[in-house]
Amino acid sequence: MTPSPTGTRADVRKTYKLYIGGAFPRSESGHTYEAVDAKGRFLANAALASRKDARDAVVAARGAFGGWSGRTAYNRGQVVYRVAEVLEDRRAQFVEAVQRSEGVSARQASATVDASVDRLVWYAGWADKVDQVVGGSNPVAGPYFNLTAPEPTGVVAVLAPQASSLLGLVSVVAPVIVTGNTAVVVSSFRRPLPAVTFGEVLATSDVPGGVVNLLTGDATSIGPWLAAHMDVNAIDLAGLAGDAVLSAQHEVAAADNLKRVVRAPAAEPDWAAEPPLTAMTAFLETKTVWHPRGI
Amino acid sequence: MLTGMAVDAVEHAPETTAAPLDVARSDASLRRFLHGLPGVDQVGAEARAAALGTRSIKTTAKATALDLAISMVDLTTLEGADTVGKVRALGAKAVHPDPSDPTCPRVAAVCVYPDMVATAKAAVGASGVKVASVATAFPSGRAALDVKLADTRDAVEAGADEIDMVIDRGAFLSGHYLAVYEEIVAVREACGPAHLKVILETGELATYDNVRRASWLAMLAGGHFIKTSTGKVQPAATLPVTMVMLEAVRDYREATGVQIGVKPAGGIRSAKDAVKHLVVVNEVAGPDWLDPDWFRFGASTLLNDLLMQRIKLTTGRYSGPDYVTVD
Amino acid sequence: MARTELEYAPAPESRSIVDIRASYGLFVGGEFVDGHGSSFKTVNPATEEVLAEVAEADERDVDLAVKAARRAYDRVWSRMPGAERAKYLFRIARIIAERSRELAVLESIDNGKPIREARDVDVPIVAAHFFYYAGWADKLKHSGYGETPLGVAAQVIPWNFPLMMLAWKVAPALACGNTVVLKPAETTPLTALLFAEICQQAELPPGVVNIVTGAGATGQALVGHPDVDKVAFTGSTEVGKAIARTVAGTDKRLTLELGGKAANIVFDDAPLDQAVEGVVNGIFFNQGHVCCAGSRLLVQESVAEEVLHRLKRRMATLRVGDPLDKNTDVGAINSPEQLARIRELSAAGEAEGAERWTAPCQLPDTGWWFAPTLFTDVTQAHRIAREEIFGPVLSVLTFRTPAEAVAKANNTPYGLSAGIWSDKGSRILQVASQLRAGVVWANTFNQFDPTSPFGGYKESGQGREGGRHGLEAYLR
Repeated sequence: MTPSPTGTRADVRKTYKLYIGGAFPRSESGHTYEAVDAKGRFLANAALASRKDARDAVVAARGAFGGWSGRTAYNRGQVVYRVAEVLEDRRAQFVEAVQRSEGVSARQASATVDASVDRLVWYAGWADKVDQVVGGSNPVAGPYFNLTAPEPTGVVAVLAPQASSLLGLVSVVAPVIVTGNTAVVVSSFRRPLPAVTFGEVLATSDVPGGVVNLLTGDATSIGPWLAAHMDVNAIDLAGLAGDAVLSAQHEVAAADNLKRVVRAPAAEPDWAAEPPLTAMTAFLETKTVWHPRGI
Repeated sequence: MLTGMAVDAVEHAPETTAAPLDVARSDASLRRFLHGLPGVDQVGAEARAAALGTRSIKTTAKATALDLAISMVDLTTLEGADTVGKVRALGAKAVHPDPSDPTCPRVAAVCVYPDMVATAKAAVGASGVKVASVATAFPSGRAALDVKLADTRDAVEAGADEIDMVIDRGAFLSGHYLAVYEEIVAVREACGPAHLKVILETGELATYDNVRRASWLAMLAGGHFIKTSTGKVQPAATLPVTMVMLEAVRDYREATGVQIGVKPAGGIRSAKDAVKHLVVVNEVAGPDWLDPDWFRFGASTLLNDLLMQRIKLTTGRYSGPDYVTVD
Repeated sequence: MARTELEYAPAPESRSIVDIRASYGLFVGGEFVDGHGSSFKTVNPATEEVLAEVAEADERDVDLAVKAARRAYDRVWSRMPGAERAKYLFRIARIIAERSRELAVLESIDNGKPIREARDVDVPIVAAHFFYYAGWADKLKHSGYGETPLGVAAQVIPWNFPLMMLAWKVAPALACGNTVVLKPAETTPLTALLFAEICQQAELPPGVVNIVTGAGATGQALVGHPDVDKVAFTGSTEVGKAIARTVAGTDKRLTLELGGKAANIVFDDAPLDQAVEGVVNGIFFNQGHVCCAGSRLLVQESVAEEVLHRLKRRMATLRVGDPLDKNTDVGAINSPEQLARIRELSAAGEAEGAERWTAPCQLPDTGWWFAPTLFTDVTQAHRIAREEIFGPVLSVLTFRTPAEAVAKANNTPYGLSAGIWSDKGSRILQVASQLRAGVVWANTFNQFDPTSPFGGYKESGQGREGGRHGLEAYLR
C-alpha cells in the first residue's frame, strides 16, 4: 500500500476464478478455499473446482478439439510462441506470483519465469516438426505407398505438479496443446494462483477458448472423476507424484475406456531439464495409410 | 467428353420443352454420363476462387459493379411470418431501393412464397421488377409430385414471372437421377411461360463433384437458371460453389449452344461478397453473364450494404443504417 | 442486349511504405560499410527507373566479410546454446511478419513480380521459413544429421525470388550454428539489404549475417575464399557446375539448386479446370522465372484438344502489366538480358516448326515484358523442349500412355520437379515413384512450405532445402 495525501492507498485485489471455455467463471459449487504463501499467510480465496466444473471443462475441451487439431501445425506453433511473448511481457507479475506462492527468492523466481518462457518457445518449435521425427514412409514389401503420421489423441486431462506452480504447469500443458490436443488441467492445490494468472495469458494470446481449461482445486478429489470420464482420451498424473497408491487407482479407473495414462513419478522431477519426446508422443496416436501404386 | 462447338446464338432455352437427350434413358445411363464429367479437386477449386477474391475493384469499376449487383438482386422474403404488409414494403423497396437517389437502379425481382405472389405483383406494378416465386414444397421438397406441381401452377396462375424450384436431394444422393430429371421436366412444363430456376441446395450435396453433376442434370432437364441454395441450409452460396456452377454453364453452352443463368442465394451479405461473385462471373464464365437476365443474387440484407457502398462512392463518406430503408 | 464489361480500374499498391535510399553499402560485422570496389545500379524492370546505387564488393570486401563471419562464429554463435540462437531467429521471423507489406512492395519494385505474389506467396513463406528453422536450433539431436555446425557458409542466390532464396539459405544455416556471408543477385539486392536492417532490429550478434552485394566476380571471390566451410548456390546449372569444379579437392561442403525443365503431366482423367489452373500457375507464376516451373505440358493425346482449348481461354484472362497493381497476374521480365534470352529461344521454337500462340494483351511501353506464350506440336527434339527458357513460355507435347509420359518427362538432364494431374490415386503414386524429380506435385503445382524438402535430381542440383532434410547441408 502506498501513502496517499489522505493516508495509505487500498489496493484493488484480484478475484481468482477458473478458466473454462475461454471464460473465467467461479466454481458452480460456489466453493472457495484459502491459498496461502510458503509461510501460511493468506494470499487469496481460490475457486475450489467441483466435479461438475470438471465435467463442463471436458465439454469445452471436446468442443474446441476439432478446430484446434484442424489448424496447421505452423499456426499452433505461432500461437504457443505468442503465449511465450505475452508471458515474457508480464515477467514482473509472474516473478512476484512465483515468489509468493513457492516461497523462493527473487533470483530463483526470476530463473523460473525465464525457464517457463523458454520452455514455451521450445515447445512452439516442435509443432511442425514432430511429424518429421516420429512419422515417415514405410518400405512395405508390395506395390503400396505406405505412410505413418502422428495425430492428436483428443482431450487430455492433466493433474499439474504440486510443487512447481509455473514451470511445471507450463511443462505439462504445452506438450498437450502443441500437438493438437486440448486440455483440462487441475492446478497445484497449495499453489494455485500462478495457474490462474497463466490462464489470463492464454486468454490474451490467440489461444481459442476451450483449448486449455484450468481448474484450481484438489487433484485428489477431481482427479478420479477425470480418470473415469469416458470422453477423456488421456490423463497425465504428474500431480500425484509420490503417491503410488492413488496413482494406481486412477490408472484402474482410466482402464474403463483405455485412456492413455502417463503415470505419476515417484517424485516431482527437475523441471529445468530438457523434456523427453515422450512428453508429446504420449498424447499422439499413430496412423498408417496404405495406397496401391499402379497405373 | 463433350467437345467444344462453335458458339453462335446466345439465347434463352426455347419456350417449348426440349426433347431429353439420350442420356436420360435410365438412372444408369444418367449416372454414367454425370459421373463421366471431369472431377473437381476441392483444394484447387477453392484456391482459384480465393485468388479471384483478391481482385481489387476500385473507383469506376466498383461503381459499375455495385450498380450491376443491385440490378441483379432478387429481393427475398421467405418467412413463415410473411404478411401482406411485409410483402408490400418489400415490393416498394425493390422498385425504389434508394428513395433519395433516383439514379439508383431497381432490383431484378422480388422472391416470395406462392401465396404472396398476387400481393407482390400489385406492389411492383409496371416497374419492370419481376416476381419470382418459390415452389415445389420449398425448401425441403419433400412432398408428392402432384402436390409440388399444384404448388407451381398456383404460383404461375397468380402471375409469377419466375419459379424457383427445389430438386429432390434425397433422390439425387441415393442415385435416382432419372426421378430428379423427370421432376424438373414436369415442373418446367407446369411453368408455362414462366422461367424456371432449379435450386440444387449445394450445402446438402456436400461435394463439388455433386454440384457439377446436379448442375448438368438441371440444365439437361430444361432449367433456365441453376441456383445454389434455398438459403435455409448452411453452407449456402460460397464463392467456390458459384464458380463450379459457372464452369458448368460455360461448358454447357459450349456443348449445346444454350446459355443458362446462375443464381447464388443465401450467405451473400456484403457488397464485397457480391463484387467477388461478379469477378468470378467475369473471369470464369465471361461477360455474357454479366446481366440480370443471366445472373442473380438471392438476398435480403445484401441490398442495404450495396446501397451504403454506393452512397460512400458518391459522397466519399462511410454511411450507416439510418440512411438506408428497412424493408 | 448491350453487354456489360467489368473493366478493373487501376488498383495500385502504395509505394510510400518503402524508403529506398540513394545508395547502399555492404553489411559486414553488423554495420553498413562502404565497399572498396565500384558501384552498380539496380533498376525497376517495369519502368527502367534507377532505384539505387549499390556497392560492388571486391576481393578485399569479401575477405573482410568472411573474417567477420569467422569471428562471430568462433566467439559468439557456435558457443551460444541452441535455445538462445532460436530466439534470435524467432525475433527475425516476427519482425519479417510485422514489416511484411514493406518487404513485399520493395521486392515487387526491384524484381518486377506482381505485388499480389510478393504479398501472398513470397513474404509469408519467408517469415514461415525463419519461424520453422528457429524451432530446430535447439533440437538438432533429433535431426539425424549430427549437431555440429560447419562454420562459415558462403551463399549465392538468384534474382527470381530474392528474399525467399535468402530465407532458404540463411535460416537453416543459422539454426545449425553457422554464420553466413550472402551475395544477392546484382539485379535484386534491395530486399537483402532491408533484411540486414531487420537483423539489426532483432539485435542479431554482429557478423552472424553478412551481405556482400555484387555480380559474378563477387560471387566467385566468395565461393573461392579459402576460409569458407560451406558453399550453397542457387542459380543456373552452368554456374553450378563451375562452382562444383572450384570446390573440388577442398573440404568445402556444397549444395546446389539449379535449373529445371519440369514436365506437367495431364492425364485424361484429370480434374480439368484445376489442371488448367495448375498448368497456368506452373509456367506463368512469377513470369516463369522459376527453376521448378512446369515449362513442358505433357498432355494425354486423347484430351489434348480439349485441354488446349481451355488453356488458351484461361490464358486470355491473364493480366500483364504494372507489378504494383494488385490485379496484375504477370509482371515484368527482370532484365534486358533475360528478355533477350526468352526471345531467342522463342524464335528458335518457331524456326524448328512448333506452332506459337500468344495470349492477347497490351504490354506497357517502358520496361521489359513478354506476353504469355505457348508452343504446340513440340517434340523432345526441339530446343524449347530441352533448354530452360526461364520465362512465360510453355511447350506443349503429347503422350499416349503413362509409360510414355514418364519416359518423356524423365528424358532430360534436369530433374527438379514434375506435376501429375489425374483423379486416380494409384496412378499418381505410381507415376510419382517413377519420375526422376526431387519434387512431385500431384493435382497441384508450385506449393512450397518450410517443412517440405525441395531440391533436384541430376543436373538440377544436389542437396535439399526445407524440412528436416534441409538441416543436413549445415551440420556434421
